[in-house]
Amino acid sequence: MAAKPDLKLLGMSVSPFVIRVRMALHMKGVSHEYIEQDLFNKSELLLESSPVEKKVPVLIHDGKPVCDSPAIVQYIDEVWAATGPPILPADPYERAVARFWTAYVDDKLFPAYVGTAKAATEEERTQQINEMFAVMGQLEEAFAQCSNGKAFFAGDSIGNLDIAVGCNLLLLEVLRSMYGVEFVDTGRTPLLAAWAKRFGETDAAREVVPDVHVAVEYAKKRQAYWAAAAATK
Amino acid sequence: MAGEDELKLLGTWASPWVSRVKLALHLKGLSYEYVEQDLDNKSDLLLTSNPVHKKVPVLIHNGKPICESVVILEYIDEAYGTTGPSLLPTDPYERAIARFWVDYIDQKLVIPWKVAFTADGEEEKTEGIKQMLAVVQTLEGALKECSKGKPFFGGDSVGYVDIALGGLLAFLQGTEELCGTKPFDIANTPLLLAWVERFTALDAAKVALPDVTKLVEFAKTKRLRI
Repeated sequence: MAAKPDLKLLGMSVSPFVIRVRMALHMKGVSHEYIEQDLFNKSELLLESSPVEKKVPVLIHDGKPVCDSPAIVQYIDEVWAATGPPILPADPYERAVARFWTAYVDDKLFPAYVGTAKAATEEERTQQINEMFAVMGQLEEAFAQCSNGKAFFAGDSIGNLDIAVGCNLLLLEVLRSMYGVEFVDTGRTPLLAAWAKRFGETDAAREVVPDVHVAVEYAKKRQAYWAAAAATK
Repeated sequence: MAGEDELKLLGTWASPWVSRVKLALHLKGLSYEYVEQDLDNKSDLLLTSNPVHKKVPVLIHNGKPICESVVILEYIDEAYGTTGPSLLPTDPYERAIARFWVDYIDQKLVIPWKVAFTADGEEEKTEGIKQMLAVVQTLEGALKECSKGKPFFGGDSVGYVDIALGGLLAFLQGTEELCGTKPFDIANTPLLLAWVERFTALDAAKVALPDVTKLVEFAKTKRLRI
């Protein structure tokens, strides 16, 4: 019988990057100890494990830390290659396409979310919201390109790009809740809207994604933190 | 007879991101057609190959485009897995570490460098320099950790992190003239200083990196948009 891996994940429940890693672990069926972190009061373990960035997620395998969610997801895919479905596709070109869009999401979506939440003026917020609409438009095209008419970015079942985009759906719901803007709607992004519904119904999403009100609470706490920081400048 | 394997690289001579791809192609011993792009008058080929970002580098392999330098590097390593040396380590943990440092270089080094180069005010420039030097110091530690006393981040031979940082070398060597500070020095970054010497001596570097003097002149006259 294979021994349980010595695997810990340091995370924060509403972080899309943490959600992404938890989904990857779920896809592979790998048991691990999840340790929720307080990002306003970082633990010794977090600071030791992620000395450069001091961020979550950090995967600690046999005592060795792996940081950065795209690196962690690929690590999980490689170490547990023989277990569960593949997270990245097998073909090098398809892997390149998946990595390209993952980088796009990370470069554009999360910053637009932070920008919207952090905006000091209505004008700034509108600008960030428009940026987010542009990103979603681009991802709608990406979905058409990648899915080839199937249910998910990766085809018949979820893969790397599904979790890379899907982990951010919670943030879009936060923005909807706080500002009344719908970023994934059947009018403007019909393919993504249908995909988001299917994605939300997967085991991975059900297991790992917290309720939107938890995320809204956290967003408000973060906004207060930014406001306090700006006030002391 | 095997079919033609066609590689085309769209780039600009000054771009460090393009240099990265050239380095990888040379290290793998791959032949390719290089097509210099005019970014002020973008070609149809560039616009159709990279509709999302409209940037270089783009590697076109048998007609299929791959964009973003780090995506291209991993692609080259995987599509040509049995050709030439491996660019990424084979061990999954070491691969994760390499990917971490490449992302670090992209996220943390370039922005303060640009600030130091383009800043109008003295205060902004000083802040850019300070941040850049802090990042360089962290990379000194990374080199120590990754190389384990060997010549490169990749160990005995050039690897993914070496290429990612190496692509920026002409800019790093021009930093004193462009930003007013040396990025590497014997007191603070002895390992990196030695690494620079080794890397620039490589055949691949001589082909892939632009001439520093030419680059510095160009950057100065154009306040270069990288």
